[in-house]
Amino acid sequence: MNLEEIIQKLNLSVLTIPNNFASIQPEGGYCADLLSCVMAGAKPGTLWVTLQAHINIVAVAALTDCAAIIITEGATPEPDVVAKANNQSVTLLGSKLNSYQVVCQLSDLGIR
Amino acid sequence: MIPPLIINESLAMGINLLAVTDHNASANAWAVMEAAQGTGISVLPGMELQTREEVHLLCLFDTLQQLETWQALVNSALPDIPNNVEFFGEQFVVDSEGEFIRREGRLLLNSANIGLEQAAEQVTALGGLAIPAHIDRKANGLIELLGLIPPGFEALEISRHISPSKAREKFPQIGRTPLVQNGDAHLLDGLLGTTEFELEAPNIAEIRLALKGEGERTMRIR
Repeated sequence: MNLEEIIQKLNLSVLTIPNNFASIQPEGGYCADLLSCVMAGAKPGTLWVTLQAHINIVAVAALTDCAAIIITEGATPEPDVVAKANNQSVTLLGSKLNSYQVVCQLSDLGIR
Repeated sequence: MIPPLIINESLAMGINLLAVTDHNASANAWAVMEAAQGTGISVLPGMELQTREEVHLLCLFDTLQQLETWQALVNSALPDIPNNVEFFGEQFVVDSEGEFIRREGRLLLNSANIGLEQAAEQVTALGGLAIPAHIDRKANGLIELLGLIPPGFEALEISRHISPSKAREKFPQIGRTPLVQNGDAHLLDGLLGTTEFELEAPNIAEIRLALKGEGERTMRIR
């Protein structure tokens, strides 16, 4: 399943400049809010689910080459976070749901 | 902790500069300042803020007035959830003799809805000094939570569990930022006293000079 379909099915808001999402095939997921954990554990091409919206999520996503970050519980990144993400070509997506609910939905779509 | 006992223990250990930094709270700072009167010990009023990211940030000030202004900002960003003494323990406010004044009603262990950098900026604007606390610790330490150290901090605090050289080796992201080491004392036997400053006076401006190594002010960790 490609990222465009995932965005539609999970009704995610796109917080950064839209990309060619149909060409991106996430290869699994990772869920954590401790960024040191994510740096050690997230594999390239994964969807990272977190409620952390601090600017360092952009650096961590760029470092681990995540497919996109899904920021949960309606947490809103500050404008400088969005600007940095655009600059680093990191996709930020938003959901009102909590991380557990988002992970369940991703799992239902076959992202495991 | 009872203010006169903090002062006695500090005197016994040869500590002459203390900061009172309760978690998201400041109501006990004046009592320790009062208890220190005439002893030669200087007490900086402060707070250990828990930010939105769950990072602990030391907020140090010169005056109670600055601290009160800061506390008002923090209060407006703290969830209004009452403390449950059975689960979380007492939150006493005491006087300089250690006598009970009141219980803090609001639960203080939550995170304030203020971002780390925003908090540091506001503390600095009020004339204070903001130092990320115990950055080497897994619980509420900057590096565990945020992986990288955001630029711009004037100093970083390490815990008693690591030496400055080991900290710099283990966390190269510290770079050239000055380090201080504090006891994060929750009990009397937790006082540490390993950071030494050479200052003209015990205040934030002088500490800032010592951190930068300017004007013949110096600091070191024993």
